[in-house]
Amino acid sequence: MTQVTQETVAVSNLRDFYRHFDTTALRDALRRMYLIRRFEEGAEEAYTRGLIHGTMHLSIGQEASAVGSCMDLRKTDYITSTHRGHGHCIAKGADPKLMFAEFFGKEEGYCRGRGGSMHIADVESGNLGANGIVGGGLPIAVGAALAIRKQKRDDVAVCFFGDGASNEGAFHEALNMAAIWKLPVLFICENNKYGMSVSTERSMAVRNVADRAPAYNMPGEIVDGNRIEDVSEAVMRATARARNGDGPSLIETKTYRIRGHSKSDRNRYRTKEEIEEWKARDPIGHFEANLEAFGILRKDEAEAIRVAAEVEIAAAVEFAKGGTDPLPADLMRDVYTKGAA
Amino acid sequence: MSARELSYAEAVREALAQAMEADERVFLMGEDIGVYGGAFQVTGDLVHRFGEDRVMDTPIAELGAAGVAVGAALAGSKPVFEFQFSDFATLAMEQIVNQAAKIRFMLGGKVSVPLVMRFPAGSGTGAAAQHSQSLDAWFAHVPGLKVVQPATPHDAKGLLLSAIDDPDPVMVFEHKLLYKMKGEVPEEAYRVPIGKALVRREGRHVTIVATAIMVHRALEAAEILSGEGIDVEVIDLRTLRPLDTQTIIESVKKTTRLACVYEGVKTLGIGAEISAMIAESEAFDYLDAPILRLGGAEAPIPYNPVLEKAAVPQTDGIIASVRRLVTGRI
Ligand SMILES: Cc1ncc(C[n+]2csc(CCOP(=O)(O)OP(=O)(O)O)c2C)c(N)n1
Ligand SMILES: [Mg+2]
Repeated sequence: MTQVTQETVAVSNLRDFYRHFDTTALRDALRRMYLIRRFEEGAEEAYTRGLIHGTMHLSIGQEASAVGSCMDLRKTDYITSTHRGHGHCIAKGADPKLMFAEFFGKEEGYCRGRGGSMHIADVESGNLGANGIVGGGLPIAVGAALAIRKQKRDDVAVCFFGDGASNEGAFHEALNMAAIWKLPVLFICENNKYGMSVSTERSMAVRNVADRAPAYNMPGEIVDGNRIEDVSEAVMRATARARNGDGPSLIETKTYRIRGHSKSDRNRYRTKEEIEEWKARDPIGHFEANLEAFGILRKDEAEAIRVAAEVEIAAAVEFAKGGTDPLPADLMRDVYTKGAA
Repeated sequence: MSARELSYAEAVREALAQAMEADERVFLMGEDIGVYGGAFQVTGDLVHRFGEDRVMDTPIAELGAAGVAVGAALAGSKPVFEFQFSDFATLAMEQIVNQAAKIRFMLGGKVSVPLVMRFPAGSGTGAAAQHSQSLDAWFAHVPGLKVVQPATPHDAKGLLLSAIDDPDPVMVFEHKLLYKMKGEVPEEAYRVPIGKALVRREGRHVTIVATAIMVHRALEAAEILSGEGIDVEVIDLRTLRPLDTQTIIESVKKTTRLACVYEGVKTLGIGAEISAMIAESEAFDYLDAPILRLGGAEAPIPYNPVLEKAAVPQTDGIIASVRRLVTGRI
């Protein structure tokens, strides 16, 4: 993957991405990437200090994939997310305060403290939820796309999933149905090279997840998942197709999770060198350098965005700490929509 | 010489290692059971001792991989399959319920399926609704499967070795909160028989039949209640199918009261079966009080730690309920 060039590029030579989005949108994308990074660092700190329990899956290093995919989506477009879903959630417009409240198990949280990290959903901004089941969101996204079509909307459903999930039957069944019914769905595979510990070389018969797209007669595009412009441009092409009634697409964003799979990972299956190599391809650093090089953002402005993200996350943690604990008497709440049981 | 202690997870690992050493047909399949050592570090270093051919990492493909295990068992191998969390067995139900459990019967007894599946189960880790279920009773509802649920390191090893010997599919439910628990485990490859419950504490006033981690909570409750003059008998069920009806019937005839304590959802859980079995048996006439069931709440397991605890029986609740059962007092 190429290094960022420092020379200023004439606006006419800029790629589509930098011309399609105005300065406000580009700055907001950087802001969201910083928010995701700080959110997850903050979650990690809170976990280490014993403030939250359970486990969590961090997407540090994958921010460009999440933000690039959601930048051009509407609020009425859906996403389905994964166990590694904090980034998708913030990218689609969630409020970190309410995410942290969920982490702390509070009533103010997105799931009233019932779901935790692995189930954060923000239905109002179109996020149908993270998922504890690998591949669980794939057919659900197809179903959301089916409903979109039945209601004659021109929205799309964007389904995030991992390389590991593409080995589940649900992946293959979902892609086939999306294709035969030409549904407005984007399958975005965030290929970070590993499931939990098993590499794609050991778990897949083909090299790329995108190589599986032809079997379902849909375009399969591979992009550098650490370059927001690559991700976003591919997603814009696929959403245009989907909104136009031309059916589903598969996009594979090649990326890397810098942290372990979860809090119990001992990193026995990969090398320090590999991790360092990917750290050097930091998606935030890349984007920020480009924005500066293209004269869209000054260094001090970038710094201000970073600091603002830190302040926002610190405030979110404080908000969450002060939240309301659910009452054991409400254990049965929301098992059904209407009283049963 | 003082007896050797192992953790529950180490006891399972030792059983796997001894079975693989003794019989080259035995091999392991599962997600991240190789260099990662398993999500709960149960297989640990086994891949270094037995190699990747016998400690096979599968892709994330529960239905397919379970089916591969069924096929291998049919054709003369002895697979021991690990689900990363018991919840993910829901993806593999087809192969377990329609295939593994029935093939021998459907083929008129011409074949058998010597398959073992291990299921890390239960709540208490903050992993929320899709990683905390206790689905053991689902499997016990299926003729053709055997279901065991060891509560101690000793039984974890002995029941697993019996499961691997068994010519039919055996489902082994391991409670995640027990993995770190230590206990005496003999070094030799001993067996604990499938289908035999164990009286862990003798008592005269009430019988508690408990499974998995509830065995320990019931024993704690019994200890405290003994200080109040209530003498509790605790039966560790150990096997859900086939059920050891005799041990339970004998105990209830003696104590005249029965409480069933289990983590799975109360309604239609293992306690329902035990209660009905007693109601149908000669022990029914001996009962001095209605049968009591303490099971999981009629709700998914919540994330919030306070709610999570409230969703399954805890020692205090067992004490209060059993005290009321015996004395009529609150
Ligand atoms: C059906 C199912 N199987 C296994 C798991 C355990 N598990 C959680 S995440 C994970 C790895 C998923 O890999 P991938 O899809 O590549 O996503 P990544 O973690 O790399 O983001 C595994 C095995 C699960 N949650 N659900
Ligand atoms: Mg992955």
